Amino acid sequence: MSNETILIDDYVVNVNDLNKSFGSNHVLRGIDLHVQRGEVVCIIGPSGSGKSTLLRCINMLEQPTSGSVVVLGRELTHIDCDIDEARTKIGMVFQQFNLFPHMTALENIAVAQRKVLGRSKAEAEMKGLQLLARVGLTEKADAYPGQLSGGQQQRVAIARALAMDPDVMLFDEATSALDPELVGDVLNVMKTLAEDGMTMLVVTHEMGFASNVATRVVFMDGGVIVEQGPPSQVINAPQEDRTKSFLSRVLNH
Amino acid sequence: MAISKRKRAMYTRYAIYTLSILAIVVMALLVDWTRLGNAMFKWEIVKKQFPDILTSAAKNTVVFTILGFAGGLSFGLLFALMRLSSIRPYRWLAATYIEIFRGIPLLVTLLALGFGIPIATGWSWPNPYLQGAIPLSLVASAYMAETIRAGIEAVPKGQMEAARSLGMSYPRAMITIIIPQALRIIVPPLTNEFVLLIKDTSLISVLGVTAATKDLARFGRDGVNSSANATPLIVAGLVYLAMTLPLTQLVAYMERRAKAAGK
Repeated sequence: MSNETILIDDYVVNVNDLNKSFGSNHVLRGIDLHVQRGEVVCIIGPSGSGKSTLLRCINMLEQPTSGSVVVLGRELTHIDCDIDEARTKIGMVFQQFNLFPHMTALENIAVAQRKVLGRSKAEAEMKGLQLLARVGLTEKADAYPGQLSGGQQQRVAIARALAMDPDVMLFDEATSALDPELVGDVLNVMKTLAEDGMTMLVVTHEMGFASNVATRVVFMDGGVIVEQGPPSQVINAPQEDRTKSFLSRVLNH
Repeated sequence: MAISKRKRAMYTRYAIYTLSILAIVVMALLVDWTRLGNAMFKWEIVKKQFPDILTSAAKNTVVFTILGFAGGLSFGLLFALMRLSSIRPYRWLAATYIEIFRGIPLLVTLLALGFGIPIATGWSWPNPYLQGAIPLSLVASAYMAETIRAGIEAVPKGQMEAARSLGMSYPRAMITIIIPQALRIIVPPLTNEFVLLIKDTSLISVLGVTAATKDLARFGRDGVNSSANATPLIVAGLVYLAMTLPLTQLVAYMERRAKAAGK
């Protein structure tokens, strides 16, 4: 592993001078982001600002063009890094849920525990049932994703990610595909998770969630971090014009 | 007074029904049924086809089909995965193979591999079943590779991402998450490939098989030669239908069900 990056124990995620281009489209332009254990970082910004790409670079679903990503002291961008193993410690929740449609809710939660962590079926299912209880869906253990509402599917997806005992959770617009009345249940699960001390990076359009739950808000625009700080500062008293203009469009309805 | 559009459509339909029925009646009256029956469906000859047509000829057709299908499916899956690989030479190799074997008639492939290779190398096929089934499966695998690839590509991209984000390796995600979903999509088209294979086995008879390895078509053709009557071919055709019709009905049923589930 590279020694050039300074590794600090308390930092779960270190993103250093990260750049990502898709062809001639320069999506991320030198991102530096350092997240400590227990932080809840909400990333906000207009669509196309690179929020989701940043999140997807942190677990290497997108290969960064340059710069480094260090998660839990491992440099994921290093050629010798075992990405599969590193990803077990990084939970991810997607906008479109991406549950496995050919498996029940419980099987969705158990499959990676068994195939990746090598847990026994009984062990994986016990853990699965505990997590289903935690997201309030014990009675849906044997339901297939097609039989669940969007909000229920997303809660199962959160349980599936938690089953790997991750040290950090990434939420990529987890509530954007939901009907408005189903958003609250999912946000409540995320809020409880935050209160339990999980380190979270949350790309979201839910300003209420960002105000109330985030320990830090990061505003991105045009592939750079424009402004960051506690929600009281970034959301209630933004310093930068771009932040002000974005917030006035999102908040004033 | 002009008649309405719907009335005109109704009268047109009646006219077409009437003409069709008339055409059938006229043909039935013109044909010499006794002569036709004697030449194409003579009962004594029909009876003579049994039981050999089932115990030997149909059995051989089934053996060729199953060998061809099993080989085609295994190689087809391999070539489909190669076509989807991130490694370029794999993609090129698979694409070349698929284009070559889809572009050459099965008959030519059968002759080239069944006769050409033994002539060129002095090596001979150890087993007459393999001599026919291997060229058949090579061609089948080219078609199946494309079917399987389309099935895998029809699985949403988020499925692979979700599996990888849980720490699964690419092969593990393919086996556990992607291929089971792709299989559901490709069962109807693969069943169609199976029906095509049943019929394509008839070409294997050009390889000059032994009495024990005659397939249905060859059995019928030899029957025509020995009896100077077309009946054996008609019976062979009916046995083919007995195998293919249930399968095509099954495909239709599966497609109806998939359509209903998709709503």
